[in-house]
Amino acid sequence: MSTVALNHLPSQSRLQSRHGQRVLIGLAVGLTLLFIVAPMAYIFARAFSRGWDVYVANILHPVTLHAIWLTTITAIIVVPINVAFGIAAAWAVAKHRFPGRGILVTIIEIPFSISPIIAGVCYLFLYGRQGLLGPWLQANDLQVIFALPGIVLVTMFVTAPFVAREVLPLMQAQGTEQEQAAVTLGASGWQVFRRVTLPNIKWALLYGAVLCTARAVGEFGGVAVVSGNIRGQTNTLPLHVELLFNDLNAVGAFAAASTLTLIAIVALVVKALLESRKSG
Amino acid sequence: MKRPLLAAVLALGLAAPATAQDSLLNTSYDIARELFEALNPVFADHWQETTGRSVTIDMSHGGSSRQARAILEGLNADVVTFNQETDIDVLVDGGLVPEDWRDLLPNGASPYYSLPAFLVREGNPLDIQDWDDLARADVEVIFPNPRTSGNARYTYLAAFAYGLEHNDGDEDAAEAFVKEIFDSVPVFDTGGRGATQTFAERGMGDVLVTFEAETGGIAEAYEDQNLERVTPSISLFAAFPVAVVAEVAERNGNTEVANAYLEWLYTPEAQRILAEHFYRVTDEDVEAEYSDRLPDVQLVTAEDTFGGWEAIQRDHFAEGARLDRVFVNQ
Repeated sequence: MSTVALNHLPSQSRLQSRHGQRVLIGLAVGLTLLFIVAPMAYIFARAFSRGWDVYVANILHPVTLHAIWLTTITAIIVVPINVAFGIAAAWAVAKHRFPGRGILVTIIEIPFSISPIIAGVCYLFLYGRQGLLGPWLQANDLQVIFALPGIVLVTMFVTAPFVAREVLPLMQAQGTEQEQAAVTLGASGWQVFRRVTLPNIKWALLYGAVLCTARAVGEFGGVAVVSGNIRGQTNTLPLHVELLFNDLNAVGAFAAASTLTLIAIVALVVKALLESRKSG
Repeated sequence: MKRPLLAAVLALGLAAPATAQDSLLNTSYDIARELFEALNPVFADHWQETTGRSVTIDMSHGGSSRQARAILEGLNADVVTFNQETDIDVLVDGGLVPEDWRDLLPNGASPYYSLPAFLVREGNPLDIQDWDDLARADVEVIFPNPRTSGNARYTYLAAFAYGLEHNDGDEDAAEAFVKEIFDSVPVFDTGGRGATQTFAERGMGDVLVTFEAETGGIAEAYEDQNLERVTPSISLFAAFPVAVVAEVAERNGNTEVANAYLEWLYTPEAQRILAEHFYRVTDEDVEAEYSDRLPDVQLVTAEDTFGGWEAIQRDHFAEGARLDRVFVNQ
């Protein structure tokens, strides 16, 4: 009796754990399909629901093309600035000791934790006509809000932490020994940065830049406040999707959304490739 | 690898339309895009013919309260074409529009107007013709939440006006009538767009109540459903006011073209385009031409029937006023 029971127990629990594993995997796959893959597939299904010609016509509409262009130019301006900022900030925090270091790290992370719409409203109150700098800007005929500069500023704010957040832990883990050795060997500051620091953080930096790009392209809430929604002028791609949707132009909205989704997918593939390089 | 990317960026840059020098920014409400896409090129031709100058009209669309707010913060709008008078009054308070803007153009500066009307299912199977049909037990009604949607406040008031008309002006009887309609609404969306989706995409309800000017666009967007437009016997006049944002237009050197643009909206040429888009127009000849698609209706105004918007706010929409009683348990 007891031997039978003993033999019986482990096999049953093994069976149970294998069963549990299957349920868990099934659940994970099922939920991913339900919550991520299905809606994304639906975007493309709707975008092409009236055929390829209508899809192309929607994408090639001058206003949609302008939205794509505006979103691209915003990312082209924002990402390099944030890469430079991210490296500088991470460098300062990781390689130097100074009072207020902890506070600086917290401040850099603020855009992660506050809603983008707050960033938009802050910039509006600062640069808007009734804002702090508004009268001066107007007197000098400078348009910041409801123009490209405002869109760039808000996007920059929202995406500021991405590069710093990726690079900082790596720099901290690596310490300053290699840089110190280079300095002892007579390397200049720029040489140290280019030959020692940069190669060490290369993959983390690219990874941060990809995340930063994806976020800059997709930013909606903050930009919505400072855009002014002028078609063909200040309408970014995410805002354009909303606009088309409100116009009851579902195919147009989904066509524009499909370009955004494609950009996101490309960014994620690049990110996955970088991750395999980073760990490999 | 780099070249195609560069080429793509350049192609996009070239495809982006260059901003013409003589340009006018019209800041407008949601869902008016098709209307102004039809109107603007015709005005540009007209302007070219009469003055020899070319003009491009840029459009910004959004909720009109939000648009007013943006103009106060510096959105470079030469003219506004809104769907609520109070949003232009906001600009008056900000010193951007003269106080007498209603007197600067005919018909209270409203070159076109609309009214709450119905959209029903193909063939109108429940024979919905008027507001009393909406109170029937077998009819499900869709319109957004009057607490969050201006559109639905017009619906509420139009139904109330019908109630007054058929109960010898008895306000409590009218309130009871409106409550019956509200009880047949299965879901209150926050805005007109959401209600449209509930009706047309989720297939809920037998009748959608919204501005008559919108019913045409909705029927077209869901043309495979063959939705039908129905105009009730009584409805509420909804002004679509326009004004030159005097301060901005002056700074941009656009005062002349901005005024000409708004005045042109009253010409038969523009009024025909407006009527094509199911707006009611002020030109009597054009009105007669389009009488088949815009049938006769008895219109009441906020001023005459309800004593003006301030009184409406106090008697109907303030906390604990009539709307709260109609809207109980929702």
